[in-house]
Amino acid sequence: MPSMENKPKATAAGKLPAALLGLAKHQIFIPIAALMILILFNLIADPSFFTITLDQNSAGDPVYSGYLITILDNASELAILAIGMTLVTAASGGQDISVGSAIAISGSVVLRVLCGTNSRPDTLQTPIIVAFLVCCVVAMLFGAFNGALVAFFKIQPMVATLILFTAGRSIAAWINNNELPIISDAAFGYYGNFIPGIPVPTPIFIAIACMLVIALALKFTNLGLYTQSVGINAESSRLNGINPTWVKFITYVILGLCVAVAGFIKVSRFSTINYSVVAKDIEMDAILAVALGGNALSGGKFNMSASILGAYVIQFLTTTLFKFNVVSSALPAYKAVVVILLVVLSAPIVRDKISQLWKKRTPAKTVKEAN
Amino acid sequence: MSLRNNKALRNLSDTNLLLFITIVVFFVMYGCAVVFLGSGFLKPQTFFNILNENAALIILSCGMSLVMITGGIDISVGMVTALVCMSCAVHLDYNGGSVPTAILLALFVGLMFGLVQGFLIAYLEIQPFIVTLAGMFFAKGMTTIVNATQFNVEHEAFKALKATRITVPGMGSLNKLGNYVPAYVEIGVIVALIVVVVLFVLLKWVKLGRNFYAVGGNNQSANMLGINVKRTKFLAHLLCGLLAGIGGFVYFLHVGSGSPSHASGAEMNAIASSIIGGTMLTGGVGNIIGTFFGVLSLSTIKNIVSSLGLDEAWWTNITVAAMICLFLLIQSVVLSRKNKRKL
Amino acid sequence: MQEGAILEMRGISKYFPGVRALQDVDFTLRGGDIHALMGENGAGKSTLIKVLTGVYPKDAGQVFMKDSAKPVSIKSPQDAQKLGISTVYQEITLCPNLTVAENMYIGRTKGALTNWKQINARAGSMLESLGIPAEPTQQLASCSIAVQQMVAIARAVDMECKVLILDEPTSSLDEREVTKLFTLMRDLKARGVGIIFVTHFLEQVYEVCDRITVLRDGKLVGEYVIDDLPRVQLVSKMLGKELDDLSGMQKVETAFAEKDAQAPVLEAEQLASIAGVKPFDFTIRKGEVNGFTGLLGSGRSECVRAIYGADKTTGGVVKMNGKRVKIAKPLDAMKNGISYLPEDRKRDGIVGDLSVRENIILALQVMKGFFKPFTRAQAEAFADEYIKLLDIKTASSDTPIKSLSGGNQQKVILARGLLSNPVYLILDEPTRGIDVGTKVDIQKLVLKLASEGKSITFISSETDEMLRTCSRLIVMRDRRVVGELSGAELTQNRIMTTIAGGDE
Repeated sequence: MPSMENKPKATAAGKLPAALLGLAKHQIFIPIAALMILILFNLIADPSFFTITLDQNSAGDPVYSGYLITILDNASELAILAIGMTLVTAASGGQDISVGSAIAISGSVVLRVLCGTNSRPDTLQTPIIVAFLVCCVVAMLFGAFNGALVAFFKIQPMVATLILFTAGRSIAAWINNNELPIISDAAFGYYGNFIPGIPVPTPIFIAIACMLVIALALKFTNLGLYTQSVGINAESSRLNGINPTWVKFITYVILGLCVAVAGFIKVSRFSTINYSVVAKDIEMDAILAVALGGNALSGGKFNMSASILGAYVIQFLTTTLFKFNVVSSALPAYKAVVVILLVVLSAPIVRDKISQLWKKRTPAKTVKEAN
Repeated sequence: MSLRNNKALRNLSDTNLLLFITIVVFFVMYGCAVVFLGSGFLKPQTFFNILNENAALIILSCGMSLVMITGGIDISVGMVTALVCMSCAVHLDYNGGSVPTAILLALFVGLMFGLVQGFLIAYLEIQPFIVTLAGMFFAKGMTTIVNATQFNVEHEAFKALKATRITVPGMGSLNKLGNYVPAYVEIGVIVALIVVVVLFVLLKWVKLGRNFYAVGGNNQSANMLGINVKRTKFLAHLLCGLLAGIGGFVYFLHVGSGSPSHASGAEMNAIASSIIGGTMLTGGVGNIIGTFFGVLSLSTIKNIVSSLGLDEAWWTNITVAAMICLFLLIQSVVLSRKNKRKL
Repeated sequence: MQEGAILEMRGISKYFPGVRALQDVDFTLRGGDIHALMGENGAGKSTLIKVLTGVYPKDAGQVFMKDSAKPVSIKSPQDAQKLGISTVYQEITLCPNLTVAENMYIGRTKGALTNWKQINARAGSMLESLGIPAEPTQQLASCSIAVQQMVAIARAVDMECKVLILDEPTSSLDEREVTKLFTLMRDLKARGVGIIFVTHFLEQVYEVCDRITVLRDGKLVGEYVIDDLPRVQLVSKMLGKELDDLSGMQKVETAFAEKDAQAPVLEAEQLASIAGVKPFDFTIRKGEVNGFTGLLGSGRSECVRAIYGADKTTGGVVKMNGKRVKIAKPLDAMKNGISYLPEDRKRDGIVGDLSVRENIILALQVMKGFFKPFTRAQAEAFADEYIKLLDIKTASSDTPIKSLSGGNQQKVILARGLLSNPVYLILDEPTRGIDVGTKVDIQKLVLKLASEGKSITFISSETDEMLRTCSRLIVMRDRRVVGELSGAELTQNRIMTTIAGGDE
């Protein structure tokens, strides 16, 4: 009797609460609510948080600055990763914990290609576009390695990606012989900072471009249907002509591409790389973005915009904490508390309890509506 | 294919098969080290140093194995270790604490993590990965909030305890001057061995331990079989937290300092050791003795790499990664072959 | 308490949001009785069982056990076990990673430690006395499903339960195993155990049961002594209507001569697959309905899976309309106009969290290609068309398929198959575990599709269903095709003898 074993559906708890509950049931509600709380908090604590001013940067170009710009700028890599992580989560029911290490590798590759054999060249040895393409190929190959372990050897994603997680930063160091190349060409810095004359940080544009690409891909291909279908029921998908192994594999390759873009932005920001620190813990943030978006980490249905919004919420939180002079190394503790609160509030058991409490508070109305 | 025809092997449980592979691999590897890298590996002290270095990791890995057997995971153990070290260090040096209270403090910190994480995972049914990820972040941040920089503990009683060496009877070797030096282990090793034995007994004979396996095998079935699944999961995480506390103190005893960068990546080493030891992340399969050998294999390979002169840190990481990869493939191939649908 | 009753449930009610699963249901079980609990899907059988075993809390009502004046409180499976109520479910509810012996004793032994020697010895003698072919030290996962089920029963027997609930225990057993199970049940009955037997198979009810309680729409219809309730009446009580519809379902007489004249749509020669089916030949013509029959595990499903490319083939040739085609994977079959409805709906059929609409268009969408998604409007149109055509009961086409009833889920899967407009449709157990009304609908649909010129292979465990729909039956035994029956040969007796291997 499947129809009876379902999770409770919307109850007749009055029109307004019903509408509220309806919204609360919508997936994107979680990141939006989190964002609202953060915005409200900042409005009360210090409205100047939201001011944006037009300043001059060190190169003398006019640029916008302000906390909001910082959030949008710094969240770019995370938002891009969240795209790939959402697909991987949906199709394979697990997460890739190697993205931070993979960013180190792709950043290292970019520098290696740009610098050639000399670690501090005066001029770029290769065009930036070539370096970017090589980095894409390498990152996608590493994505393919993860994907192969997960899809073909059927190893749980977290364990499979543990391999690259452990080895990644070492491989990154090895690519550049453990040297720290520095790019002196200002043009390379445009992608992670500002293009002269444009007052908005470039990573924001790159992130928007990635979102557009994924939006188009979801609209004009069956990427969404295939990944969700495979994540929910792989055997049924196979019998309907989908190749679940390939779908899983491809999602990891796509995540590889996202990693390449994020890695490119990261090295462009500093024109150099610190293998052990670059994109440290970003895998955790990316997974959190997916979870904050209300997507089940066990795979299946996903909501891409909720994930991306989740990424910005996390960055919003980070920046807010910085603003209140939280030491950067203590940041994780605060983040953890917020995350636990969010996850607890969105846990189905807790939500059911809350809606039950709500019902008990308005019993008369319930009866009236039910009749 | 002979695997399928061998009745004895088929009757071997998955747990024991993987344990067998692990132990064989460890001895083969150690043997290779002795043969190719010279007699250094033959000295008893070399082996006991592996234990001395990894006593804390053994304890952490045991806790990890417990939660992995129930089908969960705890990635907070490394950072909890760091937090325990820092709290104990501050307690001893700045707050005038004594060694017993420091031990209590360590157990308390570990237990609190186990308690909260276990509650969220078991009773609120939130995914273990997310909960312990938050736990890891929390411990990491708290460590720097307690004290942001590294410092060595100068507490006398503690230093005496740290320097205590227990000689291993009948084992030893001649040093360069030709004097006989008995082999020794640190106190932490004794603690680790006690933990291994206790957990082995727990998992093999005690009802709670068997319930861990049942819950990991299929938690709905376990519920139907009359096992309190939520409580079992809760206790697994609680125990893991407690072991993180114990492991944290043993780590502290070994390094004798507090630092935010202590035990970084220990959770991954613990997971890797468990996997090499034949514990499967899918739950229901695993063995504490395997985990013990998993830690030894992992550190032996690290020692081999460094004796080869490949001292740079990246080689160690790459080898460890390769080893996890290898074991995962072995597990996936062996088990799929053994349990292939009988036709 | 009534005379001789060991369990009495009074006025049980259970509500789920939006559904009244049980309303004021009474149920009485006597010691030494085998009591069938019958009802269509959605009648409330499972809910009643789950309330009794403490999986669901009840909203109203009381449960009494013999020897206790006060109503007992059952809040968890553990409580039920303590009161002597054991359950064996359709799905195996044991732990595959533990040994057989441990599965029999875990969660109920006294003391904190496990005495391995003792439980292995006790399990060994229990398995032996029940004739179960398993070693106590064997890992459960290495036993066949049937043996696993019997281990579950052995566990319940060993607990000296007073009430044994068997929830559809026979659906994964073959005839021999069912016989063995019935022997076991009668043995327990003689020991005074009260057995609640939930099943879909009418024959089995009349073979072993003493009493029947019928539920319908969450309400009690009545309790009957088996001899007082002929089958036809039982079915009509379950359905709540007279049987005009069923008895009116006569087999549509088809002209075989005409069918034979048609060219074969699909021919398979010496096809074999890794699932272990022996090489077989197979032909189906336009507008024909044929079927595979045989005992469970005889290879019926494996044959059609080989044709569809669901299991990798190890040899043989498939021709469509006389031309040789290569079918290596399901997509190849789909592109050749073959559609397949899998045996296990939940595992292989539905994509649970996706909407009814996405489930309907899935196959056609995959055939159309990755880069050519249907627009929302197109998908809506397809879905609405088939929801109407097959009378699928769903709130909207956006509803996740998992919240539909079994019969409606099956219709959605059927719609998915029909939408791709196949020339050849394979239906593997399309009527299993769904209510009688939908069964009839599906049978009618099969005949209608055949009359429109589609070829259909129909597999069912119920022989009379096959006799009603198929014009030709392929009989299987031990993964081998052992006979083909058509025309006048199509009788219950003839099929039985062919399956059993007595060639007249």
